[in-house]
Amino acid sequence: MSERIDQRRAGVERAPAWLVVASAVALAAVIGAQIFGFRTSPPDMAMGDLQKIMYVHVPAAWNAFLAFFVVFWASVVYLWRRTERADLLAASAAEVGAVFTGLTLLLGSIWGRPTWGVWWTWDARLTSTAVLFIIFVGYLALRSFTDDPDRRGRWSAAVGIFGALNVPIVYMSVRWWRTLHQVQSTPETLSPAYRAALRLNGLAFLLLLIVFIAWRYRAARIERRAELVAEEAALQGSGLHV
Amino acid sequence: MSVRSEAGRVAAVAWKDLTAERRSKANFNAVLFLAALMLLMFGFALGPDTATLRTAAAGIVWLTVLFSGTLAFHRSYQVELERGALETLLLYPGGRSSIFLGKLLANLAFVLLVEAVLIPLATVLYDVPVGRVTWMLAVVVFLGTFGFVTLGTFYASMASRSRAREVLLPLLLFPMLVPVLVAAVEATAALLGGDLMAESGRWVRLLVAFDVIFLGAAIVAFGAVIEE
Amino acid sequence: MVAEGIAKRFGRRWALRGASFRAEPGSVQAVMGPNGSGKTTLLRIVSTSLRPTRGSGFIFGHDLLRDADLIRGDVGVLYHAAGVYGDLTARENLEFARRMWGGAVAASVDAALERVGLTHAAADRAAGFSSGMTRRLALARLIMRPPRLLLLDEPYASFDAAGIELVHEIVRETAARDGIVLISTHDAERSAVVVDGVLRLKDGRVVPEEAPGLDPVRLAVEGAL
Repeated sequence: MSERIDQRRAGVERAPAWLVVASAVALAAVIGAQIFGFRTSPPDMAMGDLQKIMYVHVPAAWNAFLAFFVVFWASVVYLWRRTERADLLAASAAEVGAVFTGLTLLLGSIWGRPTWGVWWTWDARLTSTAVLFIIFVGYLALRSFTDDPDRRGRWSAAVGIFGALNVPIVYMSVRWWRTLHQVQSTPETLSPAYRAALRLNGLAFLLLLIVFIAWRYRAARIERRAELVAEEAALQGSGLHV
Repeated sequence: MSVRSEAGRVAAVAWKDLTAERRSKANFNAVLFLAALMLLMFGFALGPDTATLRTAAAGIVWLTVLFSGTLAFHRSYQVELERGALETLLLYPGGRSSIFLGKLLANLAFVLLVEAVLIPLATVLYDVPVGRVTWMLAVVVFLGTFGFVTLGTFYASMASRSRAREVLLPLLLFPMLVPVLVAAVEATAALLGGDLMAESGRWVRLLVAFDVIFLGAAIVAFGAVIEE
Repeated sequence: MVAEGIAKRFGRRWALRGASFRAEPGSVQAVMGPNGSGKTTLLRIVSTSLRPTRGSGFIFGHDLLRDADLIRGDVGVLYHAAGVYGDLTARENLEFARRMWGGAVAASVDAALERVGLTHAAADRAAGFSSGMTRRLALARLIMRPPRLLLLDEPYASFDAAGIELVHEIVRETAARDGIVLISTHDAERSAVVVDGVLRLKDGRVVPEEAPGLDPVRLAVEGAL
């Protein structure tokens, strides 16, 4: 028995080779895509080099949506099959998605200040991203407030599914709301020169998203395994506490 | 499980919740007074210019409904937790979704009753003319309330049994309600303003879509959420 | 009814750490043990109210985890918290139960009230009841719809002599219908008149009484690996 626990502990030490390689590739891809963006695209007529923020802001936003789709899918799988892996995957994707939406908001705000003269504007995309950010922060808060792993899995899966279902509704409602009020929206200044760099960065961030989720998922699995080891110890010993 | 016996259980739960509510009354009166107080406080915060208040009236009323209604949802599960009633409730045969639907109906009746007092009061306090559009307004109010109560009843089943129940319910619920708030306020404001651009129809469709999607999702997911 | 390696964790505390036992139809088992040994948790898991963290079980041929929905309808409980709504009257509480069962009851609301001796209080709100009366109201539910699996948690608390006799009548009736009864109690003397066997719990495990059973720890651990 203790031998088996030791083996598990040993397995915890080293990350799998593919993950290390993939992380290095993702990092290189992001750096490469950023350099490509800076080298190939001319300064924007209105915004100058500020436009370069777009190469993080927009890819982060795209991939955050992707992360929330992963939360939705993994949550459905969890409620259907009750497999713990699905729960951990959903949690990992929600964490990374929250970080990416947070980054989108922060950069949007920094971009907005010199461009529109304000730190915050009730722009449709920015506003709906903020709402999604709060929805998934709520998801993570619920997880941290719930101790029982089974209950935590069921509850957060429901909240994850509901949150993801709401993504298109929130976006649509906020967009209509904006068009009705006739205020300037995001300038569509996407010339072909920017488009290639944006797509490249989108792909690089996709790699980053996958690698981030994989690391968080791995950490979550290790945490669960540590819990299980502690459970076994408690079940064998005489103390009633983990 | 036949549809008829499930419908019977839905009615039983709704009847039980409403009877308990009617007996204690404390909750309804408190929520109603709080809502009225909020209308006054918004008036102090934004007034006394009547034109400003009239423009803001739709938003104020809906925010007041959201904040005061949230208090009702906790109560809905509190009665189940007080004497171990939930455990007995979950042992009855049949689907758990009928428990959800019963509670949904009871909460819907509760919030609609609050609104029945609140909205006329708001039209007086903020001097809003509603004469021409009363029944269209009633449709919007009902659809917005239905979406609000559906999500509120669902999320409260988790929040009221968690460690941080006071904070958790609004934290989970309010961001989810952004589409309801936007659509209900815009539709209400458009109707009050004469709906010159025929905007309210689009918002009503959005509300219907929201209500249908989340009612369906809640019915499916409630069984997994209510288990101990 | 078979249970193997039932373990349940609340937060960081293990209420049960691998309880295994079996109970035959028509038998009445006393579940005994010191405070905190997991008696109530065991009953709640068997009733399908709680999912075990680990372990498995079969009740009347149904899997405790997968077919919980099929077991539910056969279970009747009398817990410490009576599961009664304080804002409803005694009659309304039973009427609610009848409607939740879809109207199929063995005894009418009035007959059940009569048998538990609450006819005089039928129109009173349960909030004003003493704890003995509240638990009699819970007993009335068991009379209206006799369960196949009857779970009693501390049934002697707050009952007078007549109440205890009523509990024992219901226990005997359940066993006579080939049902299973589990009684969690500290009172070995009182329960002795109805009980066929004893499940003794200690530190969240069943301590072998007569025949040495399966080793619950190994079952629990191996089941998880």
